Amino acid sequence: MQRNCNALFIGLSLFLASSVFLSGSVAAQTPEAPRIAYESVPNFIKMPDGLYMGEAMGVATNSQGEFFVFTRSGEATRLFQFDANGNFMREIGYGLYGMVFAHAVRVDAEDNIWIVDEGSDMVIKFNPAGRVMMTIGRRPEAQGLRETPERGAPRPEARQYNLGRPTDIGWDPQGNIFISDGYINSRVVKYDKEGRYLGEVGTRGSEIGQMSTPHTMQVDAQGNVFVGDRGNRRIQVFDNDLNFKYVIEGIGAPWAVCISSGPHQYLYSSNSNTTGNTAESYDNAGEIYKMELDGTIIGRFGTGGKRLGEFGSTHAIDCRNPDELLIAEVTTFRVQKILLESTSN
Amino acid sequence: MKRVITIISVVTALLVINSLFAQPIPEIRFESQPDLLSMPDDIYLGEAVGVATNSHGHLYVYTRSGSSNVTLGSNRIFRRSSSRLFEFDANGKYVREIGQGLYAFIFAHTVRVDSQDNIWIVDEGSNMVVKFDPDGKVLLTLGRTPEALRNPSPRGADRRRNDGVGVQGDIFGRPTDVAWDAQGNIFVADGYNNSRVAKFDKYGVFLTSWGSYGTEVGEFNTLHTIAVDASGNVYVGDRGNRRIQVFDNDGNFKYLITGIGAPWAICITPGPHQYLYSSNSSGTGDLNNGEIYKMELDGTILGKFGKAGRMLGEFASAHELDCVSENTLYVGEILSWRVQKLTLHP
Repeated sequence: MQRNCNALFIGLSLFLASSVFLSGSVAAQTPEAPRIAYESVPNFIKMPDGLYMGEAMGVATNSQGEFFVFTRSGEATRLFQFDANGNFMREIGYGLYGMVFAHAVRVDAEDNIWIVDEGSDMVIKFNPAGRVMMTIGRRPEAQGLRETPERGAPRPEARQYNLGRPTDIGWDPQGNIFISDGYINSRVVKYDKEGRYLGEVGTRGSEIGQMSTPHTMQVDAQGNVFVGDRGNRRIQVFDNDLNFKYVIEGIGAPWAVCISSGPHQYLYSSNSNTTGNTAESYDNAGEIYKMELDGTIIGRFGTGGKRLGEFGSTHAIDCRNPDELLIAEVTTFRVQKILLESTSN
Repeated sequence: MKRVITIISVVTALLVINSLFAQPIPEIRFESQPDLLSMPDDIYLGEAVGVATNSHGHLYVYTRSGSSNVTLGSNRIFRRSSSRLFEFDANGKYVREIGQGLYAFIFAHTVRVDSQDNIWIVDEGSNMVVKFDPDGKVLLTLGRTPEALRNPSPRGADRRRNDGVGVQGDIFGRPTDVAWDAQGNIFVADGYNNSRVAKFDKYGVFLTSWGSYGTEVGEFNTLHTIAVDASGNVYVGDRGNRRIQVFDNDGNFKYLITGIGAPWAICITPGPHQYLYSSNSSGTGDLNNGEIYKMELDGTILGKFGKAGRMLGEFASAHELDCVSENTLYVGEILSWRVQKLTLHP
């Protein structure tokens, strides 16, 4: 109910702002959320000589504070592991059949590492030692990255065990697997922990329960599913059986969402600037919101840009510690460690 | 009217009797060995489409692996993968890689080991069959990698062009499997685009071929797996027609085996009493079926085991079976990127 009031308030404010001032400079910004102070740790990631990061699509920490970066790199796509101080530890899965075009990496409660690859249409689970434990979806035999159908064009029928450029993965406390799928399909699919299909929600569209590029997804401790419906500029929240619960708006386009661990969970969402680096893109996007799970905005921080502390198309957020975030960016080939002024309790 | 009723009663009675006497297929107990293969840290299996053992129990896995090369262009197509052939000892410990970067390794389909422990791979991307000696040196090639590589052509395209028959020679159309008779003659299942069995002598000289695309006896719809028994009879898994067709050594039709789903993978055990195993594998987009049948060579079903799934002892698109003995089988799977070793307890 609180959220509905917020949404109403924001909507009303927007309406008033645009009608009263009738000024182009009002732009799209909602009433200013409080700014959260932050800094970016300089020279955080230390790569070995001769090894380079490409587009940093995914970043995720394990329970030891080590973290994994899933990056689009020269030969194909690569998964690197770093210690908590950003020192390179090792590479996992070099040359793997399912590593074609990186999209996301997440670490589950048992420290298994899961990658989501939109080129191979696959989700792959590694155990902490880096060995493949499970695969979902299948790399097409004769084609790679599939073109997203034109707007309005018919979409191929989604099948239970085939993914269409999947984007993200999450788990509930029971270990059930949720996959946001993706650029070609427009749905969230639920599998049990053995990888058997249980159900799905979503078709292409803008109605409630429909999606336009579900690009990022997280599951909270109660098993609710938060879907960053990027094209529709909203987060849709579903219960564990994928019944619609509520929608969060007023936070731009959610490119990357993250839910922190611990008893009081926070929701982060990045309104990332697009990759075109257009003149206005840094003015209208790039900020990251910190929210309660019900969508109440606590504050915001950051802006688009390429300097330290700015974000070059944020593509993934890790928020295991709600005051120490890892931010992976598409266009700047980097991961930043962000120390946030604590607003957590 | 009375006559009709009589006929109905007789038919009903027959049906009842039939169902009373119909034996359910016995379920065979089995176990799968956990943690079968130990891989080096930097080597991974991809789709484990091919699996075979030699006389020392060494295991060969032919897998769709390796990084993908990118074709730049307006359509953002990732063209090709490479395939890799790995050898493991009888305990599953990694021994070596064979043929890394070989010109014929494009898109793996099967691997088989002959009675002299030579290793044969069938590659549906390069349209080649390659024989390695036990040391891993190339001894014989059949077919030729097309000069201009392209995506594996869709089923039907080439089939329409040549009626699925194939030339009288070794130009293959996505071949699927290979087997030998006691004299060393070579039988190639060919395949997705051709619909024929091609027979060569042991030196690779073309002898004959039979089959075309269709559903009649002697015709095939994706012959996907092949095996030859000790008497030289040829068993062809005619997957699209959901049957095994059995031919004599010269390709004369003998009999059909049905009622076992779609034979994705078959194997015949060694020894004086040979058994035939056939997998009704789940497709690559579902987790249906998945059971494996045990039969006499004449098709009498002795039992079945297993189901589709991703856990140990379940099969996610089983693609090749290796019959070490009556009760020891290896299974290579497409979707789970693994090989399982099964011990049966019939």
